Amino acid sequence: MSSRDKILAVVAAAQPDALPLPQVGIQPEKRDVVAQFTAVLTGIGGRVWHAADRAEALQRLQEGYTEREQVIVLPDHQDVVDTSMLDPHLLRDVDLAIITASLAVAENGAIWVTDEALVQRVLPFITQNLAVLVPKAALVATMHDAYAAIGKMDYGFGLFIAGPSKTADIEQSLVLGAHGSRSMTVVLLD
Amino acid sequence: MAVVNGKDHAALADVFNKDKARVGWHDETLWFVRQKRDKAAHGIAEWEQLRQTASDIKDHVLSRLSQYLVEFETRAKENGIIVHWAADAEEHNSIVLGLLQKAGVNRMVKSKSMLTEECHLNEFLAKKGIEVIDTDLGERIVQLAEEAPSHIVLPCIHKKKEEIGALFHKHLGTPAGNADPQFLTEAARQHLREKFLTRRVALTGVNFAIAETGEFVVCTNEGNADMGAHLADVHIACMGIEKIIPKREHLGVFLRLLARSATGQPVTTYNSHFKKPRKGAELHVVLVDNGRSRQLARKDFRNSLKCIRCAACFNTCPVYRRSGGHSYHTAIAGPIGSILAPNLDMRQYADLPFASTLCGSCSNVCPVKIDIHDQLYKWRQVLGKEGYVPKSKELGMKGLAMAVNNATMFSVGGKLGRWVMRNTPFVVNNGMNPWFKQREMPEAPKESFREWYAKNRKEG
Repeated sequence: MSSRDKILAVVAAAQPDALPLPQVGIQPEKRDVVAQFTAVLTGIGGRVWHAADRAEALQRLQEGYTEREQVIVLPDHQDVVDTSMLDPHLLRDVDLAIITASLAVAENGAIWVTDEALVQRVLPFITQNLAVLVPKAALVATMHDAYAAIGKMDYGFGLFIAGPSKTADIEQSLVLGAHGSRSMTVVLLD
Repeated sequence: MAVVNGKDHAALADVFNKDKARVGWHDETLWFVRQKRDKAAHGIAEWEQLRQTASDIKDHVLSRLSQYLVEFETRAKENGIIVHWAADAEEHNSIVLGLLQKAGVNRMVKSKSMLTEECHLNEFLAKKGIEVIDTDLGERIVQLAEEAPSHIVLPCIHKKKEEIGALFHKHLGTPAGNADPQFLTEAARQHLREKFLTRRVALTGVNFAIAETGEFVVCTNEGNADMGAHLADVHIACMGIEKIIPKREHLGVFLRLLARSATGQPVTTYNSHFKKPRKGAELHVVLVDNGRSRQLARKDFRNSLKCIRCAACFNTCPVYRRSGGHSYHTAIAGPIGSILAPNLDMRQYADLPFASTLCGSCSNVCPVKIDIHDQLYKWRQVLGKEGYVPKSKELGMKGLAMAVNNATMFSVGGKLGRWVMRNTPFVVNNGMNPWFKQREMPEAPKESFREWYAKNRKEG
């Protein structure tokens, strides 16, 4: 008997009589999603800016970056060229990556992206700084709303990011920039 | 009694307690984390409803676990994930070794996985000549120190920054005497970035696996799991079979609870949903039993398998905070570890259910409502019946049982105790009495409550 069949047989014998699957009927109170998203993301070390449109956001985000630094700006629709076969190691020196998200969560400051928006899954981690453009209309209140929006979406990789990479492993002192991006700026587009 | 190098929990706690200043710091720091958890929980009006829902979902999963495992396997395979099954730690370790050999490598990066600690994977692979680099900062620190993690969320919470500075000076070449957390974290970032960029195999743990979609979710704050997995040719994810949840929408419940319960954050920084392998890369999942099915069959203890590893019960526990994680001599310390470990080995871990005051704080903070303190109490009964409780404790318990069952003996015993404490305090105020450690004995009252009540009732 394979380990698989052995484990399944032992588990089936051990598990108690079937209990019902509860409905997730949680209805949090209504809130001002822009205000809450801004307060929460700022509270966990991120930055929130506002811009009228994509062009304005891109211009402001790249201010101060010189030609010697690597900036990657991803189009808002990844339909130009399939870059998923690129060697992800080529992204090792990226200083700023600007990506676009179509969903963000007010209660925890998280943005949601899938690999279609990333070129390479490692991009939002390996870049020194991360910026995310989010239309204001993409804000939802809670994670329940977020998963309702994601629904049965098919993706290879999906990701919530809430703020810059961080650690408090040394004496509980909070340090931003552990292994992932050192900063996270979300620009809310009107 | 359970021992490690001849020492049980109490003896190992004695070692930790020698450094009074450190114990005080440890206690206060973890209590601070507990307070952050409270603040985060109190900010959610529906918190109790969330806990109940999470608990009910997990109860349901345990009652249909075999079906959900099959569903997860089917969906995962459709997604292109290669699924492996391991009955025990040994099989788990040899599966991982086989994958490394197949990839033709002798080194890999690994993010936090308490399961691989439980299976002693690092030691096993080291013997086979494979170098494993732990990439969570706290885990890298304890790895350099050749120690085990002392806390499942904060692996090196037992260490002071000066010790970490000295370790980094020795192993990473940082300047001697520099113990600044910001500086040391930056040094680790540079050191580990080189590992991420050069390792071809990455191993991660799993926080949640979703039966409906065949995907799994890994949560970190540092981003180390993703740096490893997305740069490697082969990603191996190892999970206990109890990590399954039925539907993707249930992540809404668990991700709202996990980080708030663990550190007081609204959510972990990175919550990565791995559904299909990256183009050109391999994605493996190893499903591990290692005693979980045995625990599932124990009616009184099965719901310990609902645990989502937030460590809220560690941070609130008055015993954990003052004895340190290493005193538990098992991969998962604290109250939850003390009800999981006896299932793995009753003899070796018979001391752990006694490392508790049964105050119940663990059960009160548990996001999936595990009755931890009840199970600690029940393990004591089981271990006593099976003959794993030491004679001294058994005699004391029997003596107490006799006294409380006999009114005369109870009243005479109480009188005697009060007389001794008043007139010959040196009999109890010495190192022979474990209750005297780190505290003064109280002043004994002149009369018992029963005597006081009898007198006052007459007067009233």
